[in-house]
Amino acid sequence: MKTDRVTIVTVALVLGTALILAGLNQFTAAGSALHVPTYVVALAGKYACLAMLALGVDLVWGFGGILSLGHAAFFALGGYAMGMYLMRQIGTRGVYGNPLLPDFMVFLGWKELPWYWHGFEWFGFAMLMVVLVPAVLALVFGWLAFRSRVTGVYLSIITQALTYALLLAFFRNDMGFGGNNGLTDFKDILGFNVQADGTRSSLLVVSAIALSAQLLVARYVVNSRFGKILIAVRDTESRTRFLGYRPESYKLVVWVLSAVMAGIGGALYVPQVGIINPGEFAPANSIEAVIWVAVGGRGTLSGAILGAIMVNFGKTWFTGALPEFWLFALGALFILTTLFLPKGVMGLLTPRPRTVEPSAPARAAAGEAGG
Amino acid sequence: MRRFLILLSILVLGLLSPSARAETADDAFAALGSPGFDSIRRGVEQLTLSGHPRTMAVIDALRDGRLYVRGDRTVFIKTAAGTYTAAATGEPAADAAGLKPIRINNAVRGAIDASVGALRLFAPDAATRLEGAETVFRSHDPAMSQPLSMAIARETDPTVKRRMEQAAASAVLFTPDAGEPARLNAVAVLRARGDIEARGLLATLTDQPPAVADAITLAMVAIDYSLQLWSFAQSVYYGLSLGSVLLLAAAGLAITFGVMGIINMAHGEMVMIGAYVTFMVQQAMRAHAPGLYGGSLLIAVPLAFATAGIIGIAIERCLIRFLYGRPLETLLATWGLSLVLQQAIRSLFGANNRDVDTPSWMSGAAQLGGLTLTWNRMYIILFAVIVLAALMAVLRFTALGLRMRAVTQNRRMAAAMGIRTPWVDALTFGLGSGVAGIAGVALSQIDNVSPNLGQGYIIDSFMVVVFGGVGNLWGTVVGALTLGIVNKFLEPVAGAVLGKIVVLVLLILFIQRRPRGMFPLKGRAVEA
Repeated sequence: MKTDRVTIVTVALVLGTALILAGLNQFTAAGSALHVPTYVVALAGKYACLAMLALGVDLVWGFGGILSLGHAAFFALGGYAMGMYLMRQIGTRGVYGNPLLPDFMVFLGWKELPWYWHGFEWFGFAMLMVVLVPAVLALVFGWLAFRSRVTGVYLSIITQALTYALLLAFFRNDMGFGGNNGLTDFKDILGFNVQADGTRSSLLVVSAIALSAQLLVARYVVNSRFGKILIAVRDTESRTRFLGYRPESYKLVVWVLSAVMAGIGGALYVPQVGIINPGEFAPANSIEAVIWVAVGGRGTLSGAILGAIMVNFGKTWFTGALPEFWLFALGALFILTTLFLPKGVMGLLTPRPRTVEPSAPARAAAGEAGG
Repeated sequence: MRRFLILLSILVLGLLSPSARAETADDAFAALGSPGFDSIRRGVEQLTLSGHPRTMAVIDALRDGRLYVRGDRTVFIKTAAGTYTAAATGEPAADAAGLKPIRINNAVRGAIDASVGALRLFAPDAATRLEGAETVFRSHDPAMSQPLSMAIARETDPTVKRRMEQAAASAVLFTPDAGEPARLNAVAVLRARGDIEARGLLATLTDQPPAVADAITLAMVAIDYSLQLWSFAQSVYYGLSLGSVLLLAAAGLAITFGVMGIINMAHGEMVMIGAYVTFMVQQAMRAHAPGLYGGSLLIAVPLAFATAGIIGIAIERCLIRFLYGRPLETLLATWGLSLVLQQAIRSLFGANNRDVDTPSWMSGAAQLGGLTLTWNRMYIILFAVIVLAALMAVLRFTALGLRMRAVTQNRRMAAAMGIRTPWVDALTFGLGSGVAGIAGVALSQIDNVSPNLGQGYIIDSFMVVVFGGVGNLWGTVVGALTLGIVNKFLEPVAGAVLGKIVVLVLLILFIQRRPRGMFPLKGRAVEA
């Protein structure tokens, strides 16, 4: 199948690039022409993590018709779970040298570890939480929202309110997540120094593998029978319901899956950038993730990865070269993509596909239904 | 002291003839000039009773050590400029040689304080009398009972009279030999006063007869209750004020989102532009018409409406009209637009906050019982009501409003009747944006004018519109006021940030229950 070829090419590109970058960083001398500096490796790893967030957004928006303006919340929750593990690994090496409490708790005068911090000293438990916390939040939120048939822009607005509420909550010192400053000053992960070149390269490769795996899972899900019904829900929810399916169940499953994907992305993101703070919950971040998907091509999965990497590369370049103009460029990207590039870059790259999906009348019907 | 009080009562009863007063004053000045603290004290008391017009000046000078005496016992006041004036007449002294300052001790100081307090109770100015009564209330000096009862007897202003009675009651409660009925009466007066000071005073009372102690406990409970009622009212006022801010921010959105169904994420930026228009108007007026500066806000309102409205029409023509029927794309495109507008303002005006002044007629506060009503909040509430009334009038009574309603209810039918629907769309969007601009003028008074001003309101505004029900201005009103009041009631319990979080979570849950808001539109329009 044609789409599968695109997926295979994407996986090959992602893994290949990661391995080449990591290899050139590790096995060439610092002065050589082929050497890749560590900051490039870290940057590539960061893009891979953001691409996982984009993939999650594309799964719900491109195939479920749910425009989430709060997906960065799941990303940040995964990141916080990882950040808590990394904080516990600091041990006595913190500024205050407290073996149990992270620095910010000592600074706030806390005497003992809050109950929800227990267990995070074990990597396995932390990884379980990386998956469980976003999944449970998504499950509760999605169950409430889809069951009462909140759709379209209403759903978008309440997802935005969700991430906004979390943003406010995590800013509070009383929450026990470091308040404004978040969690930072990490020392090591699984015994390896997070700053070391070797750890950075490994993290890039791990991120690339996770991204590839997520892409394959997402592709499998949308190609399966489940995926077909999901697309039917996206195009005409009421018709699918009349045929005897329960759209809310399909939406809920894909919503939770996508939250988990974003959470894993966030967990791998934190050790590579070295900090997680409440700013990651900002509604603007979630909306930016949506535009990565729109630029790459909604409902193409590989396009989401492409869009995330392209836009973030542009962001890195602009904020370095022309910081004044980055918001103009991003804003223009939002406007121009929606006006002139409804199928994104992937729509430009692939010649007109034989099966047009969704068909024009179906799209119109979906529009009427509020999607 | 006793004699002083008797003399005072004679004075108050007006028994002294003018000539007698003059004699007393002469005696008083002579006593002030005599050596010995006793005679000085007597001098103070006599002077107080004399009704001499310069009494206050002389006593002030004595207290501040600016009263001097010459060898012939004539008294002089040293002015701030260092010259001397005769104490009795205020004429400049020709000969300032051999002056000695008059010293005072604690007994004299006590007489001075009592005298000042009593004088204030009989001052011709009602505000001074009120202040005097309050001072006595706070000091609850038993010695003031008698002058107070005299002052009460001749007081004509009811407010001042009530304050004096409360002061007298406080003095009675601290008089050791006061009888039980008098005490009970005094407790009742304080209970009627019912503010935090009265409660504080009652709480300090110990060693009272059992009946009085019971009355005090009851009075304190009653005062606590009434204080709670006032604080409840104060919360409602704050809530109304926050609600009216939300209402202003959301009113424009109720048109663009509620009536037209356009998700305009750049709505907050229209508010921000309105605030910057206010800033520019103030800058221009400071430079060119400082005399009219107080009216700068009144000039800013139409300008902000026009600026934001024209920008809104441009946005509709250039961007939104291509995206009708694609709400999610509209959302993304207008979000991009909001980024561009923010950065444009940041490039033009800088990222820092801009100072927008509050005109003098908007500063200050009014006191209503236990309520403090700040004027700027009052004006914003009033302004929100006016804006909303104007908006409703436009929709209901103007030709444009009629066309707007026609187009939103049935676009094709309206077009068939000859209405130019594209222009109605543009004007409707312009109206909504213009109202947002007006909101910006109001918000410039209570918030920082910075490029991020609008972002803080966009989520709240959408919440208000969604909560109230789309397509319904009254729903927006109820939504804004409810959210404002709930927020302000949660704040003392949960803290400002947590309160906001709770409100957001409640809203999310509410939308699950009523996906179309409190007052949903009924009928076929719902599915459109």
